[in-house]
Amino acid sequence: MLKSRAFTRQTRQGRVLKEVREHYLRDDIYCGAPFCDKGCDKSSARLSASRSTILVLDTNVVLNQIDLLENPAIDNVVVLSVVLAEVKNKNIAVYNRLRALCSNSLRNFFVFSNEYHKDTYVEALAGESPNDRNDRAIRVAAKWYHDHLGSGVSVLLITNDRENKKKAIDEGISAETVECYVKSLGQVELLDLIVQPPSEDVNMEDVEDLRPSKRKVIYNEHKPMSEVTSGLLRGLFHQGKLRVNRFNPFEAYVGSESIGDEIIIYGRANMNRAFDGDIVAVELLPQEQWHEEKSLALVDEDEEEDVHLAPNSADDAPRVVNQGQTASEEMKPSRPTGRVVGIIKRNWHSYCGSLEPMPMPGGNGGLAHALFVSKDRRIPKIRIQTRQLGNLLDKRIIVAVDSWDRLSRYPTGHYVRTIGEIGDRDTETEVVLIENDIDARPFSAQVLACLPPLPWSVSSQDLTNPIRQDLRHLRVCSVDPPGCRDIDDALHCMPLPNGNFEVGVHIADVTNFVHPGTPLDDEASQRGTSVYLVERRIDMLPKPLTEDICSLRADVERLAFSVIWEMTPDAEIISTRYTKSVIKSCAALSYVEAQARMDDSRLVDPITSDLRNLNGLAKIMRQRRIDKGALTLASAEVKFQIDTETHDPLDIGMYQIREANQMVEEFMLAANVAVAEKILKHFPLCSLLRRHPSPTKEMLEPLLRTAEAVGLSLDVTSSKALADSLDRAVGDDPYFNKLIRILATRCMTQAVYFCSGDLSPPEYIHYGLASPLYTHFTSPIRRYADVIVHRLLAASLGIYKLPGVFQDRPKLTSISDNLNYRHRNAQMASRASVELHTLVFFRKRPTDTEARIVKIRSNGFIVFVPKYGIEGPVYLTSKGENAGEWLVDEKQQRIRKVDGSVSYGVLGTVRIHMEVVEPHPNRPKLQLTLV
Amino acid sequence: MEYVNPEGLRLDGRRPMEMRQIRAEIGVVSRADGSASFEMGNTKVIAAVYGPREVQNRSQQINDQALVRCEYSMANFSTGDRRRKNKGDRRSTEISLVIRQTMEACILTHLMPRSQIDIFVQVLQADGGTRSACINAATLALADAGIPMRDLVTSCSAGYLNSTPLLDLNYLEDSAGGPDVTIGILPKLDKVTLLQMDAKLPIDTFETVMQLAVEGCKAVESYIREILLENTKKLEIRRGL
Repeated sequence: MLKSRAFTRQTRQGRVLKEVREHYLRDDIYCGAPFCDKGCDKSSARLSASRSTILVLDTNVVLNQIDLLENPAIDNVVVLSVVLAEVKNKNIAVYNRLRALCSNSLRNFFVFSNEYHKDTYVEALAGESPNDRNDRAIRVAAKWYHDHLGSGVSVLLITNDRENKKKAIDEGISAETVECYVKSLGQVELLDLIVQPPSEDVNMEDVEDLRPSKRKVIYNEHKPMSEVTSGLLRGLFHQGKLRVNRFNPFEAYVGSESIGDEIIIYGRANMNRAFDGDIVAVELLPQEQWHEEKSLALVDEDEEEDVHLAPNSADDAPRVVNQGQTASEEMKPSRPTGRVVGIIKRNWHSYCGSLEPMPMPGGNGGLAHALFVSKDRRIPKIRIQTRQLGNLLDKRIIVAVDSWDRLSRYPTGHYVRTIGEIGDRDTETEVVLIENDIDARPFSAQVLACLPPLPWSVSSQDLTNPIRQDLRHLRVCSVDPPGCRDIDDALHCMPLPNGNFEVGVHIADVTNFVHPGTPLDDEASQRGTSVYLVERRIDMLPKPLTEDICSLRADVERLAFSVIWEMTPDAEIISTRYTKSVIKSCAALSYVEAQARMDDSRLVDPITSDLRNLNGLAKIMRQRRIDKGALTLASAEVKFQIDTETHDPLDIGMYQIREANQMVEEFMLAANVAVAEKILKHFPLCSLLRRHPSPTKEMLEPLLRTAEAVGLSLDVTSSKALADSLDRAVGDDPYFNKLIRILATRCMTQAVYFCSGDLSPPEYIHYGLASPLYTHFTSPIRRYADVIVHRLLAASLGIYKLPGVFQDRPKLTSISDNLNYRHRNAQMASRASVELHTLVFFRKRPTDTEARIVKIRSNGFIVFVPKYGIEGPVYLTSKGENAGEWLVDEKQQRIRKVDGSVSYGVLGTVRIHMEVVEPHPNRPKLQLTLV
Repeated sequence: MEYVNPEGLRLDGRRPMEMRQIRAEIGVVSRADGSASFEMGNTKVIAAVYGPREVQNRSQQINDQALVRCEYSMANFSTGDRRRKNKGDRRSTEISLVIRQTMEACILTHLMPRSQIDIFVQVLQADGGTRSACINAATLALADAGIPMRDLVTSCSAGYLNSTPLLDLNYLEDSAGGPDVTIGILPKLDKVTLLQMDAKLPIDTFETVMQLAVEGCKAVESYIREILLENTKKLEIRRGL
């Protein structure tokens, strides 16, 4: 049956158009019940076979109660397409979660396309609002189900809309509110998942203030959307993403394109209920209200800066870059300050944390209100209602935000689930994973079904395959960190009769097992990378692939993708060849072993001499790279020794980098560059490359200021100039150079993946490596980017056809965005895990140690502890005290006592005492004090 | 944008392999020697054929075959925004040429030397797939005019969106920017006379998309035959046979 849908639409130019679209109504849309006797097709039936109650949901239920729906207790649900469309328009995140539920084979969620069914399609009546039409469509569909399935099955419409419920009951459909339905299920913890409608909020007792008469308006009202839009158009307001200072939740920045600068927002009142990540509209405050002094201090109100790991790049450094400037350039007006007038898009999701300790209210088991404190300090406390307070007080829980009324100091949320006990290492690790959006669930059955049968070994087909070269005769060995199970690279080096060397880099042939479009591939592309935590590894690929089939272990035949060069003894590359291969590694060495072999002059066995040859070549290559301007940056990576029994950290220290590490790294870099050139030549528009943008002048500012203070002049005009001046920066002590390098590393941006078609060739540059092209090819077991690059390389060699996704530019861009996101999260998670273990380590061992000052502030300074790679503030004045007796010299970067008796300069050495304290309950932190 | 939802329905409720509703009528312009209107969903075109007749411009006359001319135009009211469509623009010239070449390939031009056949097609309502609709209308009009043809040319388009081959794209799907393959075939001879695509598509996907379009053409052909048969029956009755 054909229907036309006509509607009017306004074009961007403001003209009003009439659109007519066809709308086909079908008779082949089935009800999805396996027991249906009306001749419906049952192949796609998703509802449960037992004749239990079928739930039909209203849109508002889906939008508000998605956490409840995700609980397995809610099942046998019909999702109408009209509901899906409405949800999609209102909240895409909820839509995605609902879609995930619908495709989850363990849940009985069935999508009924009521809009295309000939009996359930409803046309809007004259004067009927779209909302009313949709409500009617839902009722018609529920009624249809009721009539279609007969009396044996009850169909229940769940709606929180009073009007809709009343009409439904009038029309003879059974309808319930969510609360009533959940109560009828008789599970107490489910009730906590229900979001309370905001209307009820008003007569609910307030947690922070029990006297209702004292309720007052705390926040300004948000401006209506129309006013915000017109304000943005007229330049009164500025739109941008609100980012809360990671170290001070009362300060936020809005990067605004309209004024080309960041607008600072101080205090919760000015933030006006905006969360981190929200898109907001900001109004600038009059200039005389622009603050400047406040930002220079280390502490603000009751929150203070934490001890944390030294950051690795500008992206994750605390954003204090500009704060020094404000004081030093007092002539200029300080930075614009503003307040939030409207929220354009919310970034609410669920948060990990714990409840603020509180006494048990009388009558345990009843409804209690509690304040939830997120682990992420950027998030304000959240008010929740719970019936299981006693259970939750010592637990880490997840809470989702529902609303923030302007009468209430804190947002209102609801309990989602419990992770585990506070302080328990597994719980805290899981918190780290959840906070960084890392999927640590076991692989699904569909994914595991894609694995080759075990035990796997190289078959005769693999050996006879013409695309695969048999390199088993080569003396290949791998060098990795000790205890590494996922070995994805191996090397060989063979002297040739003409005096040259044949050098090969062999990378695990993951794409031989991970085929495009399979569930395994989809899962890997979602996970993006393996995540390395201190005591645990979360794999990107299932364990059999990671540790066995792909891993290039010693003395077993494995499939590989090889890059083979012929090099002169001066490490000049004469020819490059790429091939799939079969190899048999003869030794899996650790860095320490490899180093020991090379250093032990008595050893003359073939492997050792190979290693020495490789090392010799690597040194030349490295030198050449440095001459070209590659930066040698230092990072403050730390290494834990973990007790094998209790998994407690036993010792911690800086990660030591040996020649052997650099040797392997050098060849991997060379292979990556070689592959990048090859794939870009064949696929100039759809290659996946990695770039490292040059740091801007502002980013290098803190480094320059520090260097100036210690009398060092750095040339930052190019990476080459910077590298050279870093080499020249040798101070009076051996650690000085490394410290400068660490500070320099921090000014860099992060390298990112991108699709070559999205940028122009000059932008492909990798600043840190001083290479015009770079990609990742050498770790396909633990990075999905490498899997993509393997496919590109195979296609460029004509071995396989290029999978279809490479034709789809937006798709490719979204894949690379996801990889960047996952990569970054993986790094954050490893850091958080290290921080967690640092805390565990120092809890039992208060330590005195040496530290270096890296930044001067008005009431103290920030120190870096080289031995443990941690950074944190040391206060010279205690909280609340006037910092008057200390004077800061911005230019010299010194802080001295007024009487001149004591003074500290940047990069100076101090002795500090480290101890774990717990000023806020459930938020232990490391405190540094001067000895 | 999601053009095919996980339930396998397109935005207008069709499944990927389904065409829009087609309708055709013969003899809509009584002045012309042959005429027809053809509808594919909301796309509606009208075609009129004059000839074979004497060549108007003697210099264009071809001595061993007929001259086929084609003019494509779009009515001002054919799209939502009412804009004056000037005749000689690039797009309509190109489509005119495409239709002319496609029709020329099936008309037995050598039987009518030194004569001229004019085909006029006008789009009354545009909703994607006008090219195909015009060719189908022209075929019907030519058949109505009694011009000798090798076979009926029929045309249909197919596209590839959300990794799914889709038959007969409407305007919304057409403007998604994906590949749009328009083909014209001679169904009985099993020959392709028109194949147009202005996007890149991997060859194996292209084959499935084209196969789908061919299926569409065949469906159009059987419908056109039905219409012609019906028309012939009507003529029969009128003649009193």
